[in-house]
Amino acid sequence: MFISMNWIKDFVDLEGLDTLKLIHQFSLSTAEVENEIFFKGSDISGIVVAEIKSVEDHPESKKLHLLKVDAGDGKLTDVVCGAPNVRVGMKTAFAKVGAQIGDITIAPRPLAGFESFGMCCSENELGISDDNSGIMDIDPTIANGTDVKDVFAIDDIVFEVDNKSLTNRPDLWSHYGIAREFAAISGRELKPLELDDLSQYNTLPQVDMKIEDKLCQRYSCLQFENIKRNVSPVNMKIRLFYCGMRSINFLADMTNYLMLEVGQPMHAFDSRKVGKIRIKRFESPLTFTTLDNVERNIDENTLMICNDNTPVAIAGIMGGLDSEIVEDTTTLTLESATFDAASIRKSTVRLSHRTDSSMRYEKSLDPELTTVAIARFVKLLKEFDEGVTIVSSLTDEYAFHYPQVTLSFDKAYVDKYTGISISNDTIIDTLTKLGFTATVSDDNFTVDVPSWRATKDVTMKADIIEEITRIYGYDNFDVNTAKSPLFPVNIEQEKCDEERVKDMLVKRYNLHEVHSYVWNYYDELKALSIENKGVIKLLNATNPNIETIRQSLIPTQLCQVKSNVGFANEYGIFEIGRAVVGIDENNLCVEKKFLATTLYSKVKDVKTLYFELKDMIETIVDELKHKAVTFEKAEPTSNFEHPINYNAIICDNKVLGHIGIAHPTVSKKIDKRAAIVFCELDMAVLASIKNSSITYDEPSKFPTMDIDLSFVTDTFSPIKNAIEKANSPLIKKIEVVDIYEDESSKSITTRLTFSHPEKTLKREEVADIANSIIEDLKTQGIMLKG
Amino acid sequence: MREKMEQLKIQLDQDLALVKDLQELDNIRVKYMGKKGLITDLLKGMKDLSNDERKTFGALVNELKQTAGDKITQKTEELKEAQIRKEIESMPEFDVSIPTNLDRGSYHPITLVQRECERIFKSMGFTVEDYAEVVTDYECFEAVNIPKNHPARDMQDTYYLENGQLLKSQTSAAQNAILRKYGDALKNDSKPIKAIFPGRCFRNEATDACHENTFFQMEGMMVDKDISISNLIYFMKTMLSEVFKKDIKVRLRPGFFPFVEPGFELDISCLICGGEGCPSCKHSGWLELCPCGMIHPEVLREGGIDPEEYTGFAFGLGLTRLAMMKYGVKDIRDLNSGSLKVLSQFSDDE
Repeated sequence: MFISMNWIKDFVDLEGLDTLKLIHQFSLSTAEVENEIFFKGSDISGIVVAEIKSVEDHPESKKLHLLKVDAGDGKLTDVVCGAPNVRVGMKTAFAKVGAQIGDITIAPRPLAGFESFGMCCSENELGISDDNSGIMDIDPTIANGTDVKDVFAIDDIVFEVDNKSLTNRPDLWSHYGIAREFAAISGRELKPLELDDLSQYNTLPQVDMKIEDKLCQRYSCLQFENIKRNVSPVNMKIRLFYCGMRSINFLADMTNYLMLEVGQPMHAFDSRKVGKIRIKRFESPLTFTTLDNVERNIDENTLMICNDNTPVAIAGIMGGLDSEIVEDTTTLTLESATFDAASIRKSTVRLSHRTDSSMRYEKSLDPELTTVAIARFVKLLKEFDEGVTIVSSLTDEYAFHYPQVTLSFDKAYVDKYTGISISNDTIIDTLTKLGFTATVSDDNFTVDVPSWRATKDVTMKADIIEEITRIYGYDNFDVNTAKSPLFPVNIEQEKCDEERVKDMLVKRYNLHEVHSYVWNYYDELKALSIENKGVIKLLNATNPNIETIRQSLIPTQLCQVKSNVGFANEYGIFEIGRAVVGIDENNLCVEKKFLATTLYSKVKDVKTLYFELKDMIETIVDELKHKAVTFEKAEPTSNFEHPINYNAIICDNKVLGHIGIAHPTVSKKIDKRAAIVFCELDMAVLASIKNSSITYDEPSKFPTMDIDLSFVTDTFSPIKNAIEKANSPLIKKIEVVDIYEDESSKSITTRLTFSHPEKTLKREEVADIANSIIEDLKTQGIMLKG
Repeated sequence: MREKMEQLKIQLDQDLALVKDLQELDNIRVKYMGKKGLITDLLKGMKDLSNDERKTFGALVNELKQTAGDKITQKTEELKEAQIRKEIESMPEFDVSIPTNLDRGSYHPITLVQRECERIFKSMGFTVEDYAEVVTDYECFEAVNIPKNHPARDMQDTYYLENGQLLKSQTSAAQNAILRKYGDALKNDSKPIKAIFPGRCFRNEATDACHENTFFQMEGMMVDKDISISNLIYFMKTMLSEVFKKDIKVRLRPGFFPFVEPGFELDISCLICGGEGCPSCKHSGWLELCPCGMIHPEVLREGGIDPEEYTGFAFGLGLTRLAMMKYGVKDIRDLNSGSLKVLSQFSDDE
């Protein structure tokens, strides 16, 4: 919203104050001001009122005229002018030689064969309206040579307030409301609005009007006749234009002007079309043509203004084409009303049509404003068009009153909330300037909230704190640390594990951390022939490609591997991210946080890569928990998993996650020759595994003894089981030192390291243990290698 | 005999002069000093001498033995030294200008800035909380004073799920749970609630270089008796000065957010020009950085905390924006792209 400082100064005397500083202060105390401040009129100079003394047609051009003008400098000046509305005796805005309009300096110049010493200007050329229909037609009583800036309020400072920062302040959608803030900021008085006394029409007939729906909070109206004026005063047009609105005609401009001035949207109907005003909703949908000549579908929830049963306007949003003021309108009805904010907002969403009017209603306008706006309207109307007559009494139905909000609090509350001490006088003064009625006795405050702040904005005492502090100025605060006691900080295990896992993967295994989206990218999965699996979808995804919430990170990660082919011959990526794996009995998503890792290599075979990943998992669990994991064959559940070597990762009898190889179908689509393996761990399960603390073993002072045993076997697990069964405290270390494989058989050489805390072991003692292992394995048909 | 001894002396000197390595030297030691060595032989020849002669001669032979031993030892030292010298001389000078392969793992830039922020807050006694991405309407809106039909629900276009849940549009969705988690300790043990909660948020909007539907925020709050606006300004200034590693000026402006009252927009002095005004800050000297405010009494009440007794502040920081500012990432979409050309550049930054 654009704010004209000239307009503000109608209501508060800012004489002697630095306007830019005030605007800056407004931004710190009230609402965000956009960076650019507009210095209107600053690029205009040397434009004077001049009288056209003679008009001759140009001999060769149908458009151009040759004028002689009197610019008050005691001579006649030759001007070539293309405007259609030139006439002898007319006074206009004349840019003399040397005048400045924007970047242009006026100089004598030949135009179609004749020398022109200056330029007659339209409002558009002066940047004060978009009217380019002809040169300005100025009041003939103004003396020639008068600077136009002395006639019209061309010089102004205009700034823009970010609408978003006004969502909670319906009172600030007007110059009068903003002026109240300037008054509070500057410490100056806010002048009352000059109003017409509407009670003088009380003897006139009432308008036939009735609210038939609770969505209309208040409806006020008044009828006029005999409005002669069609074009708005120049100064009104300038203000509208500076504030971003086009001048349409006098009546339309008046309603817009009032909306910008006091914040109340208004609408004028042709009284012939609207004799019996009813405010209601229709039971069945209908179509309705608004005054912008668009046919709109109106449903049964949309509040309408009607002439009995014929809709004439969409309440609070836009008037209808049929009831608009036209050439031969003689009597008109001015509406000033308040509607339910939520209802207007929903209607604008349904109609996808937001207007300056609906924007204000959405913010919960003060119903007290309707009659004030009418009184102000009449005051200005009479000023600009003396012949106007009022033909009805003020007709006003006030169906919904907001309750009076009164708040009580004490000085201690303010001190506690602010952390500084603001004097009672300052508090009372600030609140009074902002329109609150505030009293204090014994440090206890009672505050009546003014109607324009009481529609939703100020409802509790914390709201008053903001009023006091923002005007006090946050820059003026003493800044202090809190006096809270200190306690050790609680650290969540899962968070702790997460950071350590990241460090290990990056620092020890040189993996790259990536992020990805929480939904499956359908297109990308399809390109790799990966099924789009998920347990729940988005309701309102604008892009159907991202509907499904992922249930695993691996499919996404395979897509990322695909997009990184060519980055290097070998790399690994990981992400700690979330997925939805189910819906619980309360119909809520079961969300899990996973560590997903994928390794890609063009230089290693798949087995080597798989074992690297396996080592990585075991090392992580050993590092974090000092515990061993085991791997158990598992059934793949998705089509991107290779059916062989898909294993569950087990620790403490819990399934920590799975490790697998990319299915050849997928793998070949990523890269024909690369090996791709992945694993996914459940971070919550990892966090739930208790860290088995370090157990310290006093090192033996006696030598250790190694025994190597080579068994003919396909897997290590029976050897492991037999060693565990032997259960000897003397075995300190078990290590696979060699795996030998030829066409006929495979053998695994295991090195057992023995040690005794108190003596040097004898070969026989060690041999006994070894023999028990050998015997045990023999019963299972596993023999020592010959 | 004497003659023989003199001869041996000369012979030894000649032999030693010709020695090239320790092996040869050892041979010489054996030749003279070994059991069957030349000097040992002299001693053997003494049995034919008279007692007096034996005495005199014995002393001379022993002297010769001593001298020969010293000479050999000295030669040994010389040879060892020569060997070391030779070893030193044979060492080539390495080409240290050959570049090292520095390829190694990388952290996501969000992890780096998040860790930095977490470190700062942990050092000031804040806990770090993790929270779900799929949340209920209650958590995301109602519990933080955004009732149904509130315009604030329009301000952010939220992703809704089929079951009525939603992808959290703001980290504030965790506020209620955190207030409840630590509320008892606050009431019973006077432990202030001091928590930060980084997390991923989602908004249903079109993406471009500056807009993402998926981004990271970090929210923080502190609740205790007597927490004030003055404290809020203190913590924000201290924390941001740490984050940016320089003394930051902050300023508050009124800002409207339903979960705080009063609510503020916090600006910091421009990091580029320090407040003088430059193109980065559009010549204002300030950068709008984070929303903050005093926690709305309704939010405290909904979290089971009496707003008459306790007050608190809350703030939000855009981690994604911080990461982009810190590293000069121009396209926000790069962060979720998984592109290693982008991400592999971010090694540890502590």
